[in-house]
Order: sequence, then structure tokens, then C-alpha cells
Amino acid sequence: MQVASMHFKSRAREKLVNRNLQNALNKLQGNFVRGRAQRVAEMDNFEAIRDAASAIRDRVLDRLDVYLEEFERNATARGAEVHWAETHEDVNRIVCELARRHGVRKAVKSKSMVTEECALNDALEAAGIEVLETDLGEYILQLAKEPPSHIVAPVVHKTRDEVSDLFEEKHGTPRKTDIAELTREARERLRGHFISADMGISGANFAIAETGSTLIVTNEGNGRMVTTLPRVHVAITGIEKILPTLEDVATLMRLLPSHGTGQSISNYISVTTGVKGEREHDGPEHFHVILFDGGRTSLVGTELQPMLRCIRCGACMNHCPVYQSVGGHAYGWVYPGPMGSVLTPAYVGLEKALDLPNAATMCNQCGVVCPVKIPLPDLMRKLREQQFARKLKPWTERAAFGAWCWTAQRPAIYAAAAAIGARLLALMGGRDRLIHSIPLAGGWTASRDMPAPQGVTFRELYRRQR
Amino acid sequence: MNARENILARIRARQAKSALTDAGEREAVRAHIAAHPQNPRPAATWDPVVRFREEALKLASTVDEVEALDAAPAAISRYLDAQRLSREAVCWEAFATLDWRAAGIVIAVRAAHESDLVGVTGTFCAIAETGTLMMLSGPQTPSAVSLLPETHIAIIDASRIVRGMEEAWELVRSERRVLPRAVNFISGPSRTADIEQTVTLGAHGPYRVHIVIVKNGL
Ligand code: SF4
Repeated sequence: MQVASMHFKSRAREKLVNRNLQNALNKLQGNFVRGRAQRVAEMDNFEAIRDAASAIRDRVLDRLDVYLEEFERNATARGAEVHWAETHEDVNRIVCELARRHGVRKAVKSKSMVTEECALNDALEAAGIEVLETDLGEYILQLAKEPPSHIVAPVVHKTRDEVSDLFEEKHGTPRKTDIAELTREARERLRGHFISADMGISGANFAIAETGSTLIVTNEGNGRMVTTLPRVHVAITGIEKILPTLEDVATLMRLLPSHGTGQSISNYISVTTGVKGEREHDGPEHFHVILFDGGRTSLVGTELQPMLRCIRCGACMNHCPVYQSVGGHAYGWVYPGPMGSVLTPAYVGLEKALDLPNAATMCNQCGVVCPVKIPLPDLMRKLREQQFARKLKPWTERAAFGAWCWTAQRPAIYAAAAAIGARLLALMGGRDRLIHSIPLAGGWTASRDMPAPQGVTFRELYRRQR
Repeated sequence: MNARENILARIRARQAKSALTDAGEREAVRAHIAAHPQNPRPAATWDPVVRFREEALKLASTVDEVEALDAAPAAISRYLDAQRLSREAVCWEAFATLDWRAAGIVIAVRAAHESDLVGVTGTFCAIAETGTLMMLSGPQTPSAVSLLPETHIAIIDASRIVRGMEEAWELVRSERRVLPRAVNFISGPSRTADIEQTVTLGAHGPYRVHIVIVKNGL
């Protein structure tokens, strides 16, 4: 997917005044946040489960190469073909080659953020293969030619009316406004495609080393269709998504649905291993797994490695005051919210996403709710440090930090400067003791007043009252 | 070097390990997988059958109970009547010998087609903690029967309602040598909340999941 993260500020400004988006984001906050809290309260030892989940993910990451080889060995033993892709071009090339090899004309897809990273649909279409998204949200986005704005609820930014218009225009059917009817229309449209498609493409929420299986979690059942009906199944997953054992699956399944949508369990968890047996009626004859790097190895062994524990639940964005205000599109790439603010710079380059690590209030809501305990604000702070060290910030900002740093190391000068500042700000407060605008910090006072300080510094007060 | 070697080499280099995996590391990983230790999990202070029923209802499944398998066709017939559903159904081989005709149901024993309206299946086992059905694919247990029809009816054995997903995996390990091609955990009818976060049942899978618990076993 094209990176547009450099436009964060201008996009965020547009989104803040978009009434429909603001309504949708409010609702999201209500449903997903409340749901998660309820599910967590139902688990008597939630923190122990969370610790275990985080340790499971670390166990894999610390021996990632060995776990990948184990996965490959067990998957291959069951008749799957395992492919490795370093870049998104590799992924697209491999899938197009597989399509050619198996004589594929039509592919159906279940929701996969990794294929969004790769812009796989464009590549398949360019190769003359019809490709259909089948998750209702993703299907709507494909018709509207828009990117997803949330990793779990991709079409959260769209209203029912917009969907009604879209279906009327693209399907050429009478306009429907009832959500159940719209859903049925999509179901009926896609049924035939599931049956006639030659290839099913899915992501994988996890790949299980013990059994060489891939696992997908869906509510709609499209994931089951995609992995059951077409004669070829291609599962594409990031190399970090390995889980060691089936017990670990059980543990992670207590956290992923609860933190994603607030459900105790998702409707379908499909674990697929190998190919259709000789006397079986359904299932693919060919099963391919693509293990995708796409920048992930650049985090291994660095201070950002904890980010690879991520299970893509979306809780961090649901709880983020910045995401709640601007929505997902402002972030300009596949992954929004706090996890995106770390992943986007890490995967596409820090210089292309300068604003993202700074698009945070450092309230640590994300760190508190993350089911695998990723210290998201710390990681964003580390990216800020890298921005500074690599001189990626404007010279004015660097000069300001430099000046502050110089002063902070000289207590006498710092005290004098602070004393002048406190007096100046007190004067600016006027009679109502509120500052309505500050030179060079107009952004801060544009939508609020700053309470004026008392006019003396803490150290002066301390000295006087001792 | 190809992509595989490049990726593995990058991981090892970044973790300051020797260029080749040493046997010790591989042994440690295999030993861990072979031991597959239990992780912490929530306490289970409930009776599995009671809990299963409660959770299944919360997920918008419907639940019925019969004493013995013989009574299942009549119970299913009552359900189909009450819901005004088709009396034609496809089912798994395991239930071919039940007296469907006496219950007024026309049954076909085969994998499901696109046009089938009702599918009757068994389960491998069921999970009490979340009200979930666990289905294993196989020649006698085609996956599509629980997927394509608008109504999925599952006949389950009360003695095979296990506590959690851990016990379900353990049962597969002890009764099957390996995982079948597909293991599907089903928790209620298919649903979506993609449009305006309004929950709608029957996205791509069944609109209804009806569970018949057989108390005295199958
Ligand atoms: S960072 Fe944590 S909370 Fe955010 S999506 Fe990943 S696992 Fe979920």
C-alpha cells in the first residue's frame, strides 16, 4: 500500500471536522472498549494469562529462526508448500506465479492486513486475475476503492447511507437501507464467487509450529469458505506470527477476541493443516503458506523487538485518544493507532512517518490494555530519539532541544531563565489570570486558554518558606 | 542466497547468534513443543453441561436436550416447525440410520451443496467455557454441511462437553495421531458488525445454529 503517513497533520485536521467519522468513532469506543472491560472482568486471573501470553510471544521471538524452521518442517510434512518472501514484491510475485501454475482465474480473499501491506489485489488484477474481498467490510472498501481505517473494523468510517448508495450504484439493485438487507445482498453476491473461485487467499492470525497449521479467526464465516471451497488455498502471514503449541493457541484465544471486539470468542476459529485427504469431499488440493518478512527482521534484536509480539487485536487504537479523534486514515498506511505509530516508521522508514511517533499524548492507555504487554509509549519515545539522533527533525526543533539541554545542565542559568519566564507569563495572564495566546505556541492556545502561573518559581517559593 | 536463507540469517545476525542454528537450540524448541506445557487459565467453578448451555445461548445459538439419540429426529422436527424451516436436510453419515422419515424429515446423506437449507452434523467435542462446537474435517464429516446451509443443527454427546480448548486439543491428541485438514471451532451463527457496528446474524455462514444435546451419549 502507498505510504501517505507524511500527510498526517493535514489529514488529521480534515478528519476532526468530519461529523460522520466522529459519530462512528464514538460508537467504536463505546462497544469495543466496554466489551473488552467486561471480558477482562470475567477472567479471575486475567493478569496471569496476559503475562503468559506475552511470554509465549517472547519465547518465539527469541528463537524465531528455529521456530520458523519447525513450522516449515511440520507444514511440509503434511503436504503444504512453504514459501519465503523478503519484500512485498516477492509476495505478489509468488502469488501470481502460483495462480499461473494452478490455472487460477478467480481468487476470493478473507481479510488480511499483510496483503494490504503488499497491495496484493493490484498485483493480481494486473496479472489478469479477478480477486474479490469477502469480509463484508473489506468488500465494501473494494467497491469504494478505499483503504481500511481500522484493523478489526475496516469500514468503521463509513455510514450505512454511504453503503446503501454504493451497493445501489455497483450492484445495480434497488436501494436498500436496512443493515440486515444490505448484509444479505452482499452474501448473495459473494456466494457464487466462493463456489466458482479457484483460489482462496487468507492471512493467518497465527501459524502453529507444533502442527504446521495456520489459524484464522473470523465472525462472518468467509474465512471458512475461503479455506474450504477453492481448490487452492494460499495463506500469507508475517514471520512473527508463530505460536509454539496448541496450548498456546488456547491462551491467545482468550485474549484476541476479547481485546478485538469484546467477544468471549469469535464465531469461527479455523485451523488448517495440509491438503484434502483422498476420500474427503471438501478442502483444497493445494495448500501454500507464504512467510513474509517485509521489514520484520529489522526489528529483531533491537529495542523495538517487543512490537513483534503484537497479535493485531486493535485494543490499542480503540483506547487511544488520538485514534478516537482522527480515525485510521489519517495515519496514512495499513496500521493505525499506537501500534501503527510504531510499525509504520519501522516498516516503511522513519523519514516517511515523522509525525506518527509524536501523534501520542503518552497517556499509556494503549500500554495498559495491550494483551501482550507491548510498552507502546516507550517504543514511540525510542522512535522519537531515533528521529533526533538521525537529524530527521527540522533544525528549529533540534536547536530548541539543544538550547533546553544546554540550560538544563546549568542550574543557575536555568533558575534565572525560569524566574523570568514565570514572571512574564504571570504578566501575560492579565486580570482574569488566563493567557489567550502565546507567541510561537499559538497551536496550544488556539482552542483553549492557558492558566497563568503565580509569578514565582517553585525554587523561589521553597527558599522563601524554608 | 535465497529469501529463506536471507531471512533466517538476518534473524540470527541480529540476535548475535552463530550463522547456523546449533543443535542445542533446535532440541530445546522441540522439547518444549513435545512437552506442550499448560498455561494459566481462568478457574472453572461450573458444571460443564450447564456452562455450555449458558454460553451457547449467549452466542445466539439455540439449545435443546434429548435423553437418547433416537429422540433427536423428533426434536429436530419440532425445531424446524417452530422456526418454519425447510424439512429437507443434509446430514453426516453417522446419523444416516436414524428414523428421519417418522419425524417427517427428508434427509440426504452427503456433503452440502450451495442450495441446501438445513445441515445436520455431529461434533468432535464441545467446549463449555465458551459454548463452542469443535468440528474435525474428514470423509465422514464434510465441513461444508455446517457452513453452506442457512441452518446448522449439531447433535452433541453430553459426555463430550469438555472444560476448555486445552481439553479439546488433548482429546484430539489422544484419539487422532495428527490434526485433520481442518479443525473448525464454531461459536454461534455467523455474524458481522461491519456496517455501523450493528450486529447482524447470517453474514456468510448459517443464520441459525441449533444444538441438540444427547444426555445418554451417541
Ligand atoms: S499493539 Fe497490543 S493492543 Fe495494539 S493491536 Fe497489537 S496486540 Fe493489540
